[in-house]
Amino acid sequence: MNRQVYGKVIFDLSKPGRRGYYLSPAGCEDALQSLPSSLLREKPLRLPQVDEPTVVRHYTNMSTNNFGVDSGFYPLGSCTMKYNPKINEEMAALPGFASLHPLQPIFTVQGALKAYYELQQLLSEIGGMAEFTLNPYAGAQGELTGLMVIRAYHDSRGDKARVKVIVPDSAHGTNPASAAVAGLQVVQVKSLPDGTVDVEALRPLLDETVAAVMMTNPNTVGIFEHNIPAIAEMVHACGALLYYDGANLNPMLGVARPGDMGFDVMHINLHKTFSTPHGGGGPGSGPVGVRAGLEEFLPNPRVKVLEHEGHKLYYHTVEDTSLGRISSWMGNYAVELRALAYILTMGREGLRMAGPLATLNANYIKESLRDLYLLPIDRVCKHEFVFDGLADKSTGVTTLNIAKRLLDHGFHAPTIYFPLLFHESLMIEPTETESLETLDEFIAVMRDIAREAAETPDVVKDAPHNTPVRKPDDTAAALNPVVSYFQLDSAKA
Amino acid sequence: MKIYYAPSHEYVMVDGNVGYVGISDYAQKALGNIVYVDMPEQGDDVTAGEEFGAVESVKAAEDLMSPVSGAVININEALIDNPRLLNEDPMHNWIIEVELTNPAELEELMDEEAYAAHCEAEQH
Repeated sequence: MNRQVYGKVIFDLSKPGRRGYYLSPAGCEDALQSLPSSLLREKPLRLPQVDEPTVVRHYTNMSTNNFGVDSGFYPLGSCTMKYNPKINEEMAALPGFASLHPLQPIFTVQGALKAYYELQQLLSEIGGMAEFTLNPYAGAQGELTGLMVIRAYHDSRGDKARVKVIVPDSAHGTNPASAAVAGLQVVQVKSLPDGTVDVEALRPLLDETVAAVMMTNPNTVGIFEHNIPAIAEMVHACGALLYYDGANLNPMLGVARPGDMGFDVMHINLHKTFSTPHGGGGPGSGPVGVRAGLEEFLPNPRVKVLEHEGHKLYYHTVEDTSLGRISSWMGNYAVELRALAYILTMGREGLRMAGPLATLNANYIKESLRDLYLLPIDRVCKHEFVFDGLADKSTGVTTLNIAKRLLDHGFHAPTIYFPLLFHESLMIEPTETESLETLDEFIAVMRDIAREAAETPDVVKDAPHNTPVRKPDDTAAALNPVVSYFQLDSAKA
Repeated sequence: MKIYYAPSHEYVMVDGNVGYVGISDYAQKALGNIVYVDMPEQGDDVTAGEEFGAVESVKAAEDLMSPVSGAVININEALIDNPRLLNEDPMHNWIIEVELTNPAELEELMDEEAYAAHCEAEQH
């Protein structure tokens, strides 16, 4: 670690006159003189002045403080932080893909359009849907797009009274948020003690004002919703559509299809189920699928194929019946290529193994820790499960403390305080890509933390002890966010 | 002043035909450090069982459900700059002052003892 640059921001390292390259103003004088003075800067831009080695050392040192799925185990529930195979990166970086311009004539980009079209087809097959759009940039934008499809469908039938979206109380926060952005009202439906949707509580909510019911399956506590066929029937009987949030598609991959369960519209998070990078490293991608009869409402542009005497022409088209555009071009294309590479390298059999292995791994951790951590829903889970903190509540050690203590052991923390069904939620999702050795190591550390909580609780409460930054003040950060160097007192001097 | 509680952990402290609505000590503890309070405006109407605002903490955001119906005669402006007051002393830092239009609604709410039992049950 370079002490000189560690723990500082690049502006702190600035010294007047330092620079990497000197650009001569020669040749720029005429341009400067031709600009009206009102457009010229009065003071020079306040940029950090640093030499190249300092810049490189600063950012290299900072990058080693990062934690990703390439550095260690990342059991972040509901996020499916599976390993991102490097072949995906190689495929997406091929110059034939990476150097494209979105306005190139279609006959010069037939390969790129074919890749796009094939991913549409593969996702349609995986989801049991008639057609997919790859345009949405992320999961939540996929939700919004899906709800806009549903609105467009009801509008096309002249049915303007459907203004409500029903979401379970265990749903991801994006569900109510997407519904609100789509101009729809959110109605919550309660869960049963086992975490599944209460069909009897849902029944009276269904009437001619409901546009859609959004469900996640398996739900956010990792439990498969067995009542989906009955729910689908009820929802369709009242004239509404059933929306599938694909956040938890991973355990069903190649095993069960939302389309076969009665879902009408769905989104997929390529950055979860299909191994594209995730989190701060993004960007994401949230393709949306629809059942037959809803294709015409999908956003523009759509990619189609024309076949003639054994020849194929891939092209994009803009349809009048569409809900319009939701992205400037055709989504995050490089992310889509990574997902296609994943599907093709895994193959049909490989994809079918992902869900059962993810499920096995989650149940293995659950069963290995349930004597020390409180398991509020005692059932075979799918890819993830939720503990409600430590079983022994007398220690005063919270889920937050446990999460911080895990960082000391080189593990990323699980999802904490979500879902909101329990007070001390600790949501663990190992994914299928982890080895038995990694799972055993994690279990040993979790058992160790539970022992510490009983014997030396302050060690857990004061955690983390070994991280580059120890205890950021999250309350102060929310109340008084400092997001620019120039807001710091040291910068004002 | 008599205090009534809703199952969603808001209280109303009743003084004549005026009610002071806030969140319970149990609610502030469950939420953790509160960083933002979204309140209605003076003159707005609130309805029993319906949302009138939200609280955000470092852990979660929760809707505020009004235990009573009526017109908002005052909001606690101190919470705008210092939402932590809800953590420090939730019973003295009410969120809105409501002129009650339907005092009969109070009978639907819990008293101190029933609410304590409700919280105890929710812990498990």
